[in-house]
Amino acid sequence: MVKDNGLEKLKAGEEILFSGYVYTARDQAHKKLVELIKGKKKLPLDLKNQIIYYCGPTKAPLDKIIGSCGPTTSSRMDKFVEPILKMGIAAMIGKGRRSKKVRELIKKYKCAYFVAPAGCGALLAKKVLSKKLVCFKELGPEAVYKLKVNAFPLIVAIDSRGSDLYKRLGE
Amino acid sequence: MKRLSKHDIELLVKEANFSLRKDIVRLLSKAYAVETNKKAKKALSWILENANIAKKESLAICQDTGLPVIFIEVGKDESISCSSIKNIEKQVSLAYSKNFLRPFAVLPLARKSPSYKGAITHVDFNPDKKGINITIFPKGFGSENKSQLKMFNPTVSLAEIEDFIIESVKRAGPEACPPFVIGIGIGGTSDCALLLAKKALLGRIDFPNKDKFLDNLEKRLLKKINALNIGPMGLGGRHTALAVKIKTVATHIAGLPVGINISCHALRSAGRRFKNIITDEK
Repeated sequence: MVKDNGLEKLKAGEEILFSGYVYTARDQAHKKLVELIKGKKKLPLDLKNQIIYYCGPTKAPLDKIIGSCGPTTSSRMDKFVEPILKMGIAAMIGKGRRSKKVRELIKKYKCAYFVAPAGCGALLAKKVLSKKLVCFKELGPEAVYKLKVNAFPLIVAIDSRGSDLYKRLGE
Repeated sequence: MKRLSKHDIELLVKEANFSLRKDIVRLLSKAYAVETNKKAKKALSWILENANIAKKESLAICQDTGLPVIFIEVGKDESISCSSIKNIEKQVSLAYSKNFLRPFAVLPLARKSPSYKGAITHVDFNPDKKGINITIFPKGFGSENKSQLKMFNPTVSLAEIEDFIIESVKRAGPEACPPFVIGIGIGGTSDCALLLAKKALLGRIDFPNKDKFLDNLEKRLLKKINALNIGPMGLGGRHTALAVKIKTVATHIAGLPVGINISCHALRSAGRRFKNIITDEK
């Protein structure tokens, strides 16, 4: 997904089926990426216009592309969002609420935050067409994988105007 | 009752991670049938479809296959050795690894590569039961992170305790994967209250509490929680929790510990009662 192909038209609460590529990254991968960014080092992947999926899948059984692969809690990544957004990412996928600051950053950078069906990792595994290790192999389930997904169900939780599906629930 | 064999632990690990508990499926199906909020209903349908796929394809119900908590309940006239317990832990590790479940533990400060070592074991003694019951409870941390403990004064009102529980559920919010099962432990010491709260999640959640007073309290809390309009995936509706389960134990005259352990909708556990445990398995 790139920033000029409809992302800005999406509204909080809307349900979409996404087909394309996402990169998995959760706590430790974010910590490493942000350390590299702060140290002005070269990143092992180009984040520009990419989608980050907060996910640490189970291992792939022998006959499968991937194991269970649902979203993890996004708010743990809130403290890493600004430097990652500065690298030009298009969207984030996870579960649950974000901080007020993240909401403002999403608006500022015209990004979007989606939630995927939480606790439905087996269902989501069926939507993954391919999986490729990108970096941080030593992190095991927390490594960065490039996933090709088809008709991956998502709900817009914070849109590019900063409207928040969860605003009524507080922080 | 059968004797514990090497494969029994693996069977429990697989059952817990691949087959959603029948009582949970029953309450989720009931919730789906009566939910009128369209978005919440859709989310419930995803949850039920996920459980079907997981069972059919031996895929983990959730990618967070938890930190496995092993409950061993030793019945009347039974005993269990240290090496038997260590062997059970080893079988859990092997079963996780063999069945492509997620490595479950890291050293808390070093945070190096996750491994299959570090399951949590609790041993209890129950003279009212026969044999040895072993339960595997993979506890996911999306909900575990929302655990709460409050050391109340002994003269606190029940209303204040209820408020604390409701606030804790609000704080858990969509991150902890509602509809929840809320485990509550009241009494004992601080550690005891939290352990009781976790144990409250292990019993049948579609059965009423045998204690009339606690049963009423559970029902009242469930009603209040389901009026919060959080709902599945935080999309609203009438199902923020499937059940509230409370356990109590005697406590000190100076205090009233209340522990809360929340489970996501994927409440997974599998247990079985065995007659004496073999110790010599390697």
